[in-house]
Amino acid sequence: MPNLRFTDQPLSEWMRHRGNESDIVISSRVRIARNLQHLAFPMLATNQQSEEVLKQLKEVLGDNRLSEYGRLHLLLLDEMEDLDRQILVEKHLISPNLATESRNGAVIISEDESLSIMINEEDHLRIQCLYPGFHVHEAWERATAVDDIFEAHVDYAFDDKRGYLTSCPTNVGTGLRASVMMHLPALVLTQQINRILSAVTQVGLTVRGIYGEGSEAMGNLFQISNQITLGQSEAEIIENLHGVVLQIIEHEKTARQKLLLESRLRMTDRVMRSYGILSNAAIIDSKEAAQRLSDVRLGIDLGLIDHLSASELNELTVLTQPGFLQKKFNEHMDRGERDMYRAKLIREKLGK
Amino acid sequence: MLCQECGKRPASLHFTKIVNGEKTEFHICEACAREKGEMIPGTSGGFSIHSLLSGLLDIGPSGKQVTSKNTENLQCKECGMTYSQFSKVGRFGCSSCYKYFNDRLDPLFKRVHGNTTHMGKVPVRVGGHIQTKRKIDELRQQLQMMIVQEEFETAAKLRDQIRELEKEISSE
Repeated sequence: MPNLRFTDQPLSEWMRHRGNESDIVISSRVRIARNLQHLAFPMLATNQQSEEVLKQLKEVLGDNRLSEYGRLHLLLLDEMEDLDRQILVEKHLISPNLATESRNGAVIISEDESLSIMINEEDHLRIQCLYPGFHVHEAWERATAVDDIFEAHVDYAFDDKRGYLTSCPTNVGTGLRASVMMHLPALVLTQQINRILSAVTQVGLTVRGIYGEGSEAMGNLFQISNQITLGQSEAEIIENLHGVVLQIIEHEKTARQKLLLESRLRMTDRVMRSYGILSNAAIIDSKEAAQRLSDVRLGIDLGLIDHLSASELNELTVLTQPGFLQKKFNEHMDRGERDMYRAKLIREKLGK
Repeated sequence: MLCQECGKRPASLHFTKIVNGEKTEFHICEACAREKGEMIPGTSGGFSIHSLLSGLLDIGPSGKQVTSKNTENLQCKECGMTYSQFSKVGRFGCSSCYKYFNDRLDPLFKRVHGNTTHMGKVPVRVGGHIQTKRKIDELRQQLQMMIVQEEFETAAKLRDQIRELEKEISSE
């Protein structure tokens, strides 16, 4: 396994930097889906066709313009261990679908992991750009620039009326999915979250928990993304998301201030209790860990805890996922062992 | 527990819908859930976006349920996928499916996206004259407005611009 760094380090290099509004918006992501002409989509592609896709897209790596994004590494999924694939999923560098179901699946990852390009996922090509904090415009600019480079070499499946053709009807048109991951503990605590999230879904956006489709929001982390990809320009989609997220940020800020003003003692108690549990527990499951880490993160943001950084919290969030735990301690663990090792790892990190 | 819709099959999907604080519980079977696709929020349980979509795919251009007779013969000549397969998996097999299923797609896209026509980025090489055509459409609309407002000088300029662009397209 030549590129150990991607699966050894829990925190991507890009996550170490602080972006706009990073106390509320953890990260921004833009993904564009593209397919090549005259080749069946990956679901129906023959082995030969998916090899052809991989071959054509690999050749684009020779384009000098890509050097702007740092050294690029090509990983072939077939050559990777199951556990390493799972870790890439936990770091959001690849999708669960690419990890488990792809044929001739591959991913191109930049040195700082802010750019990841999936090959033979649900679509032939998925370009993904990640930024810390609130930077959807920048993420789009970057993704579209990479898209232009690929387009100079390969023929995309494109239709005058329908736009970029994708395997799933929910991606057709722009093929664009822009999303931000938000930490919204105060809106959850003040029970405003459902009202706000249901309003969000009425303006063409969707909300989901952070780890995979359909899972509930763990640790008060919510991913907000555009639902509509057809009939709106990319600029409109990005602007719409940007505008709505700005409003949610304002609501979260107001709720945090209100909590501090009206129940400072209770907030301090909550944050410090969670800190105490994380620093001392002998067994902790992933759900509780996520909730406690959320409390501690809020404590940092509110200035109630000052000897920890948000970056350390980000690291712990990824480190305590099942794949990373197994990688660090033991390849084969049952749930009970994982909960024990998770508690141990958190204790060590917080205790230093 | 039996499905509360049909009362025949066992209920395999259970979910709670909360609208304005009012809680409603649903216990239905998969077949009825598919029919009522739109009332299932998000992608709860094992109910994927694709199974949700397939509920929308059986609806013809007139908004009525399409009988299996109409869709039976519909098949993509490129990858071999039939329309009924498409409506089961909720995914196209290849880019030509869009062409062969074209007549069925407007109502689907209308429901999913609220739109049927792409307005965004166009690839430079494959896209051809789409950018220019869009520009011409835009100028024509402006031209109409100028004529209504009796701004004939501006209108003449717009007309010339349109002719230039049209020449550009036909010359290649």
